[in-house]
Amino acid sequence: MSRKISMKTAINEALDLEMRRDPTVILMGEDIVGGTGAPGEDDAWGGVLGVTKGLFAKHGDRLLDTPLSESAYIGAAIGAAACGMRPVAELMFMDFMGVCFDQIFNQAAKFRYMFGGKAETPVVIRGMVGAGFRAAAQHSQMLTPLFTHIPGLKVVCPSNAYDAKGLLIQSIRDNDPVIFCEHKNLYGHETEVPAESYAIPFGEANVLRDGDHVTIVSYGLTVHRAMEAADALARDKVEAEVIDLRTLSPIDWDTIIDSVERTGRLVVVDEAHPRCNLATDISAFVAQNAFGALKAGIQMVTPPHTPVPFSPSLEDLYIPSAEAVAAAVRRTMAPSPRSTLAA
Amino acid sequence: MTTLNERIKPIVMPKWGLSMSEGKVTGWLKQPGATVNLGDDLLEVETDKITNVVEAGEAGVLRRVLGEPGTVYPVKALIAVLAEPDVPDSDIDAFIAGYAVPAADGGEDGADAGPRYAFAETAAGTIRYARRGDGATTVLLVHGFGGDLDNWLFTIDALAEGATVYALDLPGHGQSAKALPDPTLTGLSKAVRDFMDVVGIGTAHLVGHSMGGAVSMRTALDAPERVASLSLICSAGLGREINQGYIAGFIDATSRRDLKPVLETLFADTGLVSRQMADDLLKYKRLDGVDSALRAIASSMFGNGEQTVILGEAVGAATVPTLVVWGAEDRVIPAAHATALGSAARVEVVPNAGHMVQMEAAGTVNALLKDHVTKNA
Repeated sequence: MSRKISMKTAINEALDLEMRRDPTVILMGEDIVGGTGAPGEDDAWGGVLGVTKGLFAKHGDRLLDTPLSESAYIGAAIGAAACGMRPVAELMFMDFMGVCFDQIFNQAAKFRYMFGGKAETPVVIRGMVGAGFRAAAQHSQMLTPLFTHIPGLKVVCPSNAYDAKGLLIQSIRDNDPVIFCEHKNLYGHETEVPAESYAIPFGEANVLRDGDHVTIVSYGLTVHRAMEAADALARDKVEAEVIDLRTLSPIDWDTIIDSVERTGRLVVVDEAHPRCNLATDISAFVAQNAFGALKAGIQMVTPPHTPVPFSPSLEDLYIPSAEAVAAAVRRTMAPSPRSTLAA
Repeated sequence: MTTLNERIKPIVMPKWGLSMSEGKVTGWLKQPGATVNLGDDLLEVETDKITNVVEAGEAGVLRRVLGEPGTVYPVKALIAVLAEPDVPDSDIDAFIAGYAVPAADGGEDGADAGPRYAFAETAAGTIRYARRGDGATTVLLVHGFGGDLDNWLFTIDALAEGATVYALDLPGHGQSAKALPDPTLTGLSKAVRDFMDVVGIGTAHLVGHSMGGAVSMRTALDAPERVASLSLICSAGLGREINQGYIAGFIDATSRRDLKPVLETLFADTGLVSRQMADDLLKYKRLDGVDSALRAIASSMFGNGEQTVILGEAVGAATVPTLVVWGAEDRVIPAAHATALGSAARVEVVPNAGHMVQMEAAGTVNALLKDHVTKNA
């Protein structure tokens, strides 16, 4: 049974279904219970934007409200995972991960390796990423490249409700630490989602649109910008193939390379800061492994190398737009090699 | 519409299946001015599910072609006009000018307004089904391994012109319950009878595709009083051979890259496999319980690389009227199995069609099914 629900509802449903299926699944985070069942229940938020709203009523003390101390409760979640639980810890904003880098990068990501494969750490750390929410520079970053840099972490960033539910269920069932990045501006985005449980395997990109002229690779919010650009380009008879990565670690290199070998042109759209991000990573991989197929220079569409602006008009300019993606595609289509130099 | 010239016959965007709301004209196979006979291929239409040929439902001269290739039209939009040569152009122009597209969900027959599907709580768990038409005879469509009721996209409405037609999702399939109490042919056949009990079908003409054909045969043998006739389409249960590569490939594929070539095995024209078809099947295959259901059924029915249950002899000896239809280019179950029932069945092998013959040659198969059901009503 399938119905249209928002990405926020899909995430709530995935958590609920997995908690029903597996008693070792627990939720931890700041204000995720949010006063439910206590005086002042009307104020029960279920996390900062209400993603876990209603779960306390269903699962009681398997939801743990934590102190405002990410270093403490993320460490506790990782320890619980190493001891047989499957915790899903919510970091309100992924931007706050800085205070618990050691727990995540140096402990969770290393346990399996340093204990000779004997330790597993099935923890999910989920939280909001991305700009466009008028939340200023400390609550708006797309920090995915920090996570993909670390071996031992799996990194997920869905672009829609269907993928969010299936990927979160897979994340909870996975035996390694998963960083689950939820774009806050996609919480309200609705798609058809089955009511049943289902898992989407990691490392399988989704080809959202077939095209023979250019390959556009993206993830998260900018997938939608890429699709808008592809629709606009189609009116000019330019057929773009749009690839939604869905998971960034592992990453589906085969789908990217197969596509570029057919189209000969690549545009990578990444909301992360432009230095050492997914766009540079993918561009380098394609240049190294499919150079002979390329008919034009690879184009990257990213924000500028600045903090996310608080000024709404500047923030709107900061996020890669459909127009910027279309312009990048046109640069790859231009006849003269000189004109492929970034404008 | 008031002054309809009875001699002017509109060709409209067809509605294939319950979820189709629009379709794209991809190309015309007849040119303006051509004489068209009943059943001739007129044009190709692409939907988000599949590309297929629209056949002429009436004869005449193709006087006007309105559907532009590459353009999307809503269901029932006027895309061409058929009329005899002596019908004046002015009448045709007036007809086109006065044509109004019926509202998509206006439900001129009421059927479109209702829910697309229904669910029945049976002893075999929740079963999803579709019901179309309200004729005196009842037809029940049973899909094959890994399929669902949408495999009858081009069948259900055509048969519903003269019968009450049900199509169900077998347990473990589509949107029915995924838990399989009994993954054998007997278990699936029992589920079909449980479903018939719950929705109140006493006797039905069973139409089974592939594994659904074997399920239908099992039902006719176990409960002959409930089966008025059998129509077996590229049916399992009539011989040992089966394409094990297809079965294993279908079960194992977790991405579109892997699944698409497997699905191409189903059709003579591999171009019919659309991205949406592969995506829809992946969404089904990802549901909890589907993988184990498919594996349980496959090991019960197609273990060791061949079919384990052969029912041809028993069905041949029974008295149930049987039609066997096969796609000549079936690459899943060989068309040679079509003759397994000998003279006990009417046998039709359809050229240029594969395992999904009811989709690839819908017009031909629908006519055969209607004829068989009507003769044995």
